[in-house]
Amino acid sequence: MRVIDAIVIFLLVAGLFFFLVGTIGILRFPDALTRAHGAAKCDTLGAALCLFGLMIHSGWEPATLKLFLVVLLIWITNPTATHAIARGILASKTTRREGATHK
Amino acid sequence: MDNIFLAASIALALTSLICLIRVFIGPTRGDRIIGINVVATKTIVMIALIAFVLRETYFLDVVLVYALISFVASLFVSRELKEETGREDESH
Repeated sequence: MRVIDAIVIFLLVAGLFFFLVGTIGILRFPDALTRAHGAAKCDTLGAALCLFGLMIHSGWEPATLKLFLVVLLIWITNPTATHAIARGILASKTTRREGATHK
Repeated sequence: MDNIFLAASIALALTSLICLIRVFIGPTRGDRIIGINVVATKTIVMIALIAFVLRETYFLDVVLVYALISFVASLFVSRELKEETGREDESH
């Protein structure tokens, strides 16, 4: 039991570390696209490690399956959302640059 | 274990406050959308932690629905980002 608790605490601390690093990246990076890079790291690794820790804590129950579904959903949807946002940022940048050259 | 989960959720709340600083001072609209997206992910993990603190596992259904809604919301907000820049160009 203590070994399982130690594994859970290690996974939670690792996930929180990745959340903290991604947040510092969002705060400190110079550009919007590099901030999107930091946010994607924060989404995939941080959330997945925290939820894997909770899965190991809950054991063989229906809650474990639900948490695994949440992890799969996050791994599929968050890169897609970050990609869409980055495309929007890139489109706004190019239109802004074209406007600047036209002026 | 409950105290550890509570401490982890409090740490997540503090880091989401740091994200809200970026949302507040973000120079462009894309920075703000990125900050809100990360806050949504942190909220997902926080609800899962609170579900295990309160021992109410039906909160995990809330987590699933929240993940779906945040995905759809960020997709449509990013589309709005593109359309808004087009409108700005028309106004110039």
